[in-house]
Amino acid sequence: MSDTPARPTGGAMPPLDPNEKLDIAKLLEDLADYRPRRKGWHWREQVPDQKLHKFVYKETSKGLRNSIPLPAAHYFGDIDPQPDCVITTEIASGRFEDDLRRMRMAAWHGADHMMVIRTAGQSHMDGLLEGTPEGVGGIAVTRKQVRATRKALDLIEDEVGRPINFHSYVSGVAGPEMAVMFAEEGVNGAHQDPQYNVLYRNINMYRSFVDAAVAKHVMASVRMAQIDGAHNANATAVEAWNVMPELLVQHAINSAYSVAVGMPKEDICLSTVPPDAAPAPCMRMDLPYALALRDLFGEYKMRAQENTRYMESDGRDATVSHVMNLVISRLTSADIQSTITPDEGRNVPWHYNNVAAVNTAKQSLVGMDGLREMVKLDREAPELNQKVREIKERAVLFFEAMLREGGYFASVEEAYFVDSGLYPETHDDGIARKSDGGVAAGTIVPRAADYLAPVCHHFGLNHLPEGYGDAAGEAVAAAADVAHKPCDLIGGCTLCDAEKVPFIDELDPEDNVNARLALTAELRAKGLIRPEVQWAADGWVVVTMFLPAAPRVAEFAALELGKAMNLQACEVINKQVMHPAEGTLIELKGRLDAVVDPATLTIPPEPVVMSDAEIKAFVAEKKLKCVAATVGEDEHSVGMREIIDIKHGGLEKWGFACEYLGTSVPVEKVLDAALEHAAQIVLISTIITHGDMHRNNMQKLADLAVEKGARDKLLLISGGTQVTDELARSWGMDAGFGRGAKGIGVASFVVTTMRERGM
Amino acid sequence: MARADTYLQIRGHLAALTDEELEARFWELAQQVVDPLVELARTHTSPSIERSVLMRMGIDSPTCMAVAGECEKRGLLGHGAGQVVLHCSTTWGCPAPEAARRLAAGEGWDVALAKWGGTA
Repeated sequence: MSDTPARPTGGAMPPLDPNEKLDIAKLLEDLADYRPRRKGWHWREQVPDQKLHKFVYKETSKGLRNSIPLPAAHYFGDIDPQPDCVITTEIASGRFEDDLRRMRMAAWHGADHMMVIRTAGQSHMDGLLEGTPEGVGGIAVTRKQVRATRKALDLIEDEVGRPINFHSYVSGVAGPEMAVMFAEEGVNGAHQDPQYNVLYRNINMYRSFVDAAVAKHVMASVRMAQIDGAHNANATAVEAWNVMPELLVQHAINSAYSVAVGMPKEDICLSTVPPDAAPAPCMRMDLPYALALRDLFGEYKMRAQENTRYMESDGRDATVSHVMNLVISRLTSADIQSTITPDEGRNVPWHYNNVAAVNTAKQSLVGMDGLREMVKLDREAPELNQKVREIKERAVLFFEAMLREGGYFASVEEAYFVDSGLYPETHDDGIARKSDGGVAAGTIVPRAADYLAPVCHHFGLNHLPEGYGDAAGEAVAAAADVAHKPCDLIGGCTLCDAEKVPFIDELDPEDNVNARLALTAELRAKGLIRPEVQWAADGWVVVTMFLPAAPRVAEFAALELGKAMNLQACEVINKQVMHPAEGTLIELKGRLDAVVDPATLTIPPEPVVMSDAEIKAFVAEKKLKCVAATVGEDEHSVGMREIIDIKHGGLEKWGFACEYLGTSVPVEKVLDAALEHAAQIVLISTIITHGDMHRNNMQKLADLAVEKGARDKLLLISGGTQVTDELARSWGMDAGFGRGAKGIGVASFVVTTMRERGM
Repeated sequence: MARADTYLQIRGHLAALTDEELEARFWELAQQVVDPLVELARTHTSPSIERSVLMRMGIDSPTCMAVAGECEKRGLLGHGAGQVVLHCSTTWGCPAPEAARRLAAGEGWDVALAKWGGTA
């Protein structure tokens, strides 16, 4: 990390309060004065042999101040071990003001690399955009959006207690300008790979490489991490597993080019994806490739991406693929573990799926912590050994042919790249580009004999006056023969003096963040609640349903059912055949045009939960006994078992003596048993509600207890799926427990109430 | 043109190489592919590169766009748009962003043309 020149940061905000929402309007104030606090990439701080709870971790890093641990953490002292590698989340809603909230959620779950996708079409814009226009499939990356995002991330990183890397794209026609803007604004990482421009954006190849050199040099000046674009060949090729030799070639071209223009190897990250997915025997196919890559590129960093090529709309399927990708990461290496939301195959990016993907990575990486110390790859296994060698040889043959062809440009003209044949096999389906064609063809110009750029960190011929220069881009004034930085010619450049960075607020009076925020201002002001998946109050919800029908019928039936649920603009986003005739699982997306005002809700207080030790002591002291039964003509027993059995964390766990009388027990018998056993607690379960059976039984129990003069010696508790505490109390019980109740809740209630009543 | 997999037929010259030698050859070839690309970049510039220079001089993006566009039109890009602005700011005795604003408004190009020639 290189520090920016010391400077007070204007427009700063007080620290975030974990119980308060991010105030976007406040964040946008005084942006003109805000400057980044630091520049460059941040790697996590490794903690060898980290002790957390009762475990020792081999591959973890410094923990977080605020975070949300994995679901099972409460069994393990609520620890939230953070893996050794940076974890990425990709965000692409089109409205940066909503992306910021998503980033905060992802950071709390362990993401420290926020990769912001650009709006469709921006890579073809020859110049920078300003303001905050809404994007499609990503945001328009502008200075204001970048600055607001960095400002929000500065707050969020303080809240979670770990620096957060902000990342976007230095590709497209305006690469050098993007690089300068990113360097000025404290963007920490970027995609930069001229091959991406050439192959996937059809930007002229000469222009792409000439621009890339300047862009990379500027990125290097602030130690931005670079991610290349090779993984796109996986996502594009017809048979992704065959492009492995070419992937090595693409990685090498961008890496060698970056080093040649001044980027340190440790800042260069290879974007690598396990190319295959099940039902292919994917791990056996992907592992040799992963090893060949790491053998060849040992001095570089690995950004392990997850497979998208074979991703469908089933979240479970995608998650399993990604976990297998993570096994490859753990068995080999990953410096940055990227995550893809398992909903990418659908058409709305759901912010909670960013969290899901981050958790998939965190859970898998932590679960496989230290595995490499016990499970070693057998590099001598004939298949593995031979495959690794073969991939490397095929890549060398690829390079040899490129050079015979006349070099990089000639090879692209001959469609060498993204061919689905396993090189030297070709299927003649590669991407061909003309050297004099594509976007911005014919725009590069030779530098004249007096070419001059009076600024720092400029790559290439630069006829600076005697005594001026920035040798190697960094150690500027240190070089003995160089008395002046290039920008001394103009009294300082923006990379040396942050005060010189200009700021444009908005250019478009309608398409901007203020106009968008105004649309939801009322909801925010009144605190109204509306569901959302990517934008504030967008109203989108997903309904999962099984329909006993064939897929096509089920799909149209689901749309009809969506209307019955008052959902607008319904769309089936996933369906899975359970059986051709028996039925189909459907996930239906729809917009719910309804809001809830939390002020109108009656929310009962949360039940008090006590510590195990406190409950045990009280139970032992009072020798607590309970009598339990399912009453009436009711054969349900599972719920009651959950509440009393030690195996399920029920009352027995704290020493309660429990007498379970069984199912369909008459209320009279329950009360007699309680008196006979001198029990203090009566538990009745009532699931069936026909003819108000549950109400009748509760009232009857209460009345009998009064009749027998035992009401004040007993705690009467009922439970069942339709029972609420409020109803049960109104029918004479001391408490009622509904769906989701646990033994701990009942035990805590018993102890608290007996104390209160002096029982 | 589609081609069958000739790997086994054409790998002969690689067979005897150790893994280290093979990896060294891989990087040597990569360098050979990259060298002419670096040379092209070292000796050329582009509208985006020149706008990135102007940005670093503290000039806002619409003004960068206008000035680099005018330089391109007048055949001055190869001298460096930054140099054009620097020359004008020195001549006029004003800061670079101010000189750029005037040039963007179409003023003062005679100063640049007097130094480098080109189309008015």
